[in-house]
Amino acid sequence: MERLVKLRIDGQEVEVPEGTTVLEAAEAAGIEIPHLCHHPELSPVALCRLCLVEVDGRLLTSCNTPVRAGMEVRTATERVKRLRRLVLELILSDHPLDCLTCERNGSCELQRYAYEFGIEENRFVGPDHARRELPPREDNPFIRYEPGKCILCARCIRVCDEVQDRHVLDFAFRGFSTQVVTFLERPLTETDCELCGQCVAVCPTGALTEKERRFKGREWELERVETVCPFCGCGCRITLHLKGGRIVKVSGGYRGFRLCVKGRFGLTFVHREDRLKVPLIREGDGFREASWDEALGYVAERLLEIKEKYGPDAIAGLASAKCTNEENYLFQKLIRAAIGTNNVDHCARLCHAPTVAGLVAAFGSGAMTNSIDEILDADCILVTGSNTTEAHPIVAQEIRRAVRRGGTLIVVDPRRIELAELAHFHLRQRPGTDVAWINGFCHLILEEGLWDEEFVRERCENFEEFARAVERYTPEYVEEITGIPAALLREAARAFGRAQRGMIFYSMGLTQHTSGTDNVLAIANLALLTGNVGRRSTGVNPLRGQNNVQGACDLAALPNVLPGYQKLSDREVRGKFEAAWGVKLPEKPGLTVVEMFQAALAGEVRGMLIMGENPMVSDPDISHVAEALEKLEFLAVIDIFPNETTRFADVILPAASFAEKDGTFTSTERRVQRLRRALDPPGEARPDWEILCELSTRLGYPMSYRHPGEIMDEIASLTPIYGGISYRRLEGEGLQWPCPSPDHPGTPFLHKDRFPRGKGRFHAVEFREPAELPDAEYPLILTTGRVLWHFHSRTMTGRVEGLHELVPEAYVEINPADAGGLGIRDGERVRVSSRRGSIELVAKVTERVPQGTVFIPFHFGDQAANVLTNPALDPVSKIPEYKACAVRVEPIER
Amino acid sequence: MNGPRTRVLVELAQGAGEAGVREVLSALRRALEESGLAEQVEIVQTPALSGSDRGVAVAVYPEGVHYRVTPQDVPRLVEEHLKGGRPVEELRASPPEEPGPSLRLGRQVRVVLGNCGLINPEEIDDYLAAGGYQALERALAELSPQEVVEEVKRAKLRGRGGAGFPAGIKWEAVLRAPGPEKYVVCNADEGEPGTFKDRLILEGDPHKLIEGLVLAGYATGARRGFIYVRGEYTLSIARLERAISQARQYGLLGDDILGSGFSFQLEVLPGAGAYVCGEETSLLESAEGKRGWPRIRPPFPASRGLWEKPTVVNNVETLANVPEIILRGADWFLSLGTEGCPGTKVLPILGQVKFPGVVEVEMGIPLRTVIYELGGGLLPGRQLKGVLVGGAAGAFLSPQELDVRLDFDSLREIGATLGSGAVLVLDDTTCLVDVLASVLSFFHHESCGQCTPCRAGTDVLVRLVEQVRRGEGDERTLKLMLETAEVMNLASLCPLGQSVALPVTSALSRFRAEFEAHLAGAPCPRCQEGGR
Repeated sequence: MERLVKLRIDGQEVEVPEGTTVLEAAEAAGIEIPHLCHHPELSPVALCRLCLVEVDGRLLTSCNTPVRAGMEVRTATERVKRLRRLVLELILSDHPLDCLTCERNGSCELQRYAYEFGIEENRFVGPDHARRELPPREDNPFIRYEPGKCILCARCIRVCDEVQDRHVLDFAFRGFSTQVVTFLERPLTETDCELCGQCVAVCPTGALTEKERRFKGREWELERVETVCPFCGCGCRITLHLKGGRIVKVSGGYRGFRLCVKGRFGLTFVHREDRLKVPLIREGDGFREASWDEALGYVAERLLEIKEKYGPDAIAGLASAKCTNEENYLFQKLIRAAIGTNNVDHCARLCHAPTVAGLVAAFGSGAMTNSIDEILDADCILVTGSNTTEAHPIVAQEIRRAVRRGGTLIVVDPRRIELAELAHFHLRQRPGTDVAWINGFCHLILEEGLWDEEFVRERCENFEEFARAVERYTPEYVEEITGIPAALLREAARAFGRAQRGMIFYSMGLTQHTSGTDNVLAIANLALLTGNVGRRSTGVNPLRGQNNVQGACDLAALPNVLPGYQKLSDREVRGKFEAAWGVKLPEKPGLTVVEMFQAALAGEVRGMLIMGENPMVSDPDISHVAEALEKLEFLAVIDIFPNETTRFADVILPAASFAEKDGTFTSTERRVQRLRRALDPPGEARPDWEILCELSTRLGYPMSYRHPGEIMDEIASLTPIYGGISYRRLEGEGLQWPCPSPDHPGTPFLHKDRFPRGKGRFHAVEFREPAELPDAEYPLILTTGRVLWHFHSRTMTGRVEGLHELVPEAYVEINPADAGGLGIRDGERVRVSSRRGSIELVAKVTERVPQGTVFIPFHFGDQAANVLTNPALDPVSKIPEYKACAVRVEPIER
Repeated sequence: MNGPRTRVLVELAQGAGEAGVREVLSALRRALEESGLAEQVEIVQTPALSGSDRGVAVAVYPEGVHYRVTPQDVPRLVEEHLKGGRPVEELRASPPEEPGPSLRLGRQVRVVLGNCGLINPEEIDDYLAAGGYQALERALAELSPQEVVEEVKRAKLRGRGGAGFPAGIKWEAVLRAPGPEKYVVCNADEGEPGTFKDRLILEGDPHKLIEGLVLAGYATGARRGFIYVRGEYTLSIARLERAISQARQYGLLGDDILGSGFSFQLEVLPGAGAYVCGEETSLLESAEGKRGWPRIRPPFPASRGLWEKPTVVNNVETLANVPEIILRGADWFLSLGTEGCPGTKVLPILGQVKFPGVVEVEMGIPLRTVIYELGGGLLPGRQLKGVLVGGAAGAFLSPQELDVRLDFDSLREIGATLGSGAVLVLDDTTCLVDVLASVLSFFHHESCGQCTPCRAGTDVLVRLVEQVRRGEGDERTLKLMLETAEVMNLASLCPLGQSVALPVTSALSRFRAEFEAHLAGAPCPRCQEGGR
């Protein structure tokens, strides 16, 4: 229980929790104290000296003075006012008064106070001010720095240190010459800077601004639209600032100001000239423009033709983790009700299908169990198969903050990813051996009695079988399989076993294996064994890669379930949907993504509808995908840009981007949030939901909704976990499912008192080798992943100049020992080949990868890592083994 | 112990280079070599033996004969005194016609400087022979840490760094603070312009400081200590390092000191040239390897200091008083100085006096005595214009205020401060505007830049005082100077910024006419010459 303290501020009695500062207490009482260096999310430094108050007659800075019982605070005595005014005049003594063209005119905090204090004349202004004369710096893609406008409040330094944990900025020189600089004044791009722009977000003046926005609009001219970032699954709520139909800048984010480089600076792709603007129909080798009527009519005609000729199962659809919940719902409804097949899937197959399969088996529900804002309170965090810093930047920020607070970090990853540098334990397993080390953890935790016996007894089942299975996974045996030193495994397992609140994070590194489902089951075992489920700051937390991959799964863009993971095989469930949709639904589960292409090659699937996906970059063994697409009789693609996949299309339908439509996205923490239309779609482009309605109607199954809100109402009526969700309730922070009824507040963490399946189930899982092991011909293991600066197949980020420049092409990371043996030097071009193909790229010789393993980011279409990857599937979830295949690297003849 | 029989001390004072110290030294070495005395006579370099500007001060011990010599005098000195054993009367230092150094020594009461110039600061045996480390031995054998703290508290020893805060209270707070990790830090970052009192102790008697530090560690429960020394004090650093290693060899430092079970490690940390690091919290930041910026107080170092642990931070002179207090007792200490400020004070006397130098006197000595007796008064034909007491951050006093006593309380009563104790004497050839301009440009250079009032205020003040110098300002310029001084005093984050106000307000209140004259008429000659 926090204690309350009573004090008086300007004669007003105020009661606040102990530890509150005088400034916060005054704000709580509605009394405003001017301040510049203070920021509510940063530690106090009290250096601007503007927030002076009198406490029992003494002058103190209110931002760093904690309240004391009986304190008498006066915030506006004549002396205080005079001194504050003098402080402001001193700040202004070397501040350039070029407000006429300053981007912060109208939102500058210094300007605001100068106005409020009525400082008309600058009594202290001097003639020669070195700092004011310093030229602006723009030697990075996104951030403009004008040293002369800097008031040295240290907000940027603190946010970079305390929030972003990058320590890129600090003060240099001293006294009047003090400046905020990077190390040796290097450009940001040559430091550890992640270009997140948090420094820009907290800057009170025009010292740090977005380069992009310059001269594009004054603050007061900008229209603001609250919406959701379209990149990863973190689900940052953002504000688009617009003028004349263009995004001028982006603000908002986690806790109101935290974004990553993509969210803050990477949204200009929507304005690119090469957006798809009119429907296109194939004509010979090219495309011709068509009317919507003609294009939609043509798509319907061809699909119906195929259905007629080969039956509904000859048609397959790929929905999209980038489209809204409403659109994914309509898409699967179209495929199921209008076409009559369950052949609907989307890229979740390629990322978290094992999560859904594994966690449904273990808990009864397959999603991140806990929430991002619980990370800070975890005392041990286990991260495996997730390069969180680059793929989920906001989650990584919170993990770093938790570690700063004293939390223990265990990273299990073959690569020395950024979090590994911070970790107390970094375990580098051989790719594809995860079941072994996780079983090893369980073995040790059992052996040392660190398991939660009561939790296991009360809430779990099948413990004995599991316990027997892990018996043989002694540290020595695990070392033999994984290469993780036994002693290190022992220590790390102990640290996790002893944690009060252990939180597990994982991502593709765990799932994209032929043993993907087993890996997830093993992780679930570890969480159950240690009782780290069903409480705050614990849980099994798969990080979802796409902004709405959670929602696309929730709304059943999957071949084997109906919305809300309701079983297709359940007659009652089917009956409910059949009644609501007015059709008979197919019972047979449909094909998964990789199976669809195999079926196309086999001539079983003849027509496809793809919405917002680019399998020609993202799917494994691309040459094989190309063959399949080539072989299709008909392919229609709905997208916002032409891409590697649209090349194969017979019809391309231009869609609205995230900024041009209404809807909802569901983030990795199951938070359903509102996407709002901020711009008109370019040309004749239309929101996907409208396109789907029109198409469905033409397919003989009429759909008519006036607004996505109506679609959500239908979803809520049929999907218990979304049962209480409506647009009216989604203003503000959104709702975390399960939210079964209109009065339900949503669920920050799952499985509190019971699991959806009743008891948590242990599974005995055994280690199996990956499908392809290195051999003499292909001696190295290839693993793939993301980089911070790009997103997925780069359809969006490749079109943002700054991001493109940062990493313009693919590369292969190779350990110096391997490179040396092959005669490869850093920066040289090499050829990487697997049994399926080969690509040429630049070698990055680095110890980030262990000996025997190479890494390639998969974003790049023309040097696609997925030319090399192995389409071997996990038998349960049908995910391909992206994270381990055998390759050969060789220098290119000079 | 087999050592040299005789020691020759050669002064290494400021400005001594011009007087031929190097030449005297090489002449001495040569002469000793030639006369075969090199083995028996040791040359020791020592700071300021006296304050005269003729020749180089040299002293021969154990006889205790002081000379002033030129390189030409050296062969005679070696031949007659060192070889023949007869002091050379003509070279003796004690000018007959003026009240000189001997008299000054007579006015002095040397406690912390007791050994300076008399013993070889590079030999622990000399310090031991002079009674060194007896206080430590006594404390470890007979007194509990609490009793040591009590003795220091009873002696009312106040911090000699400038603030005058009672050392015993700091010590007690650290002793009582919970936790096993505590530190003692000696502030030897003497950066105040015109202040070189700590340097004399560091160079002349480093063991006294070390003994004080070990006692402080014992009293407060600290097992580690640090001496943060001004980086430019290379000789001080070398002598401290040497002294520390000797003390360690003798078991007076390190593990299990004198078999008492008490262990104390000591390290020297050289500063990097920032004045603000003389402020204790900046010093701690710098000692931790960070940018030397002041911390916000509270918390005070006694509760959260070095590495966030309870820490005693004391000035060199403060700590150097401790061995004598423990050895002779608080009552002896209380018999010196004034009731509120017992003990002595080391004062640097500088400016336009006959004998600039460092003296140690009882607290409460009148300013007049310091200037006219110890400093030898003004140069012939000059009139006193004013005195800057307490260092650059001190107050300008007028000739009417010479009866003020030099101690913390008396000076505070007249709106001044004892500060570092420096007494800068200004005669009628100086211009107050010029002096203030130079003081302000010092602060402008040294302001750390952290808080607005000090960073921008020092810049504003420099510009305003330059306007006055050039006769370009008006009444408003002076008003703005005072306003800036006020906001700096009341709103600055650390004592550096707060203290800049005092020279400004004291100069403007006591010498306003001089400022106004600059505004009205042509620039004065001094200002023209020194203008920048």
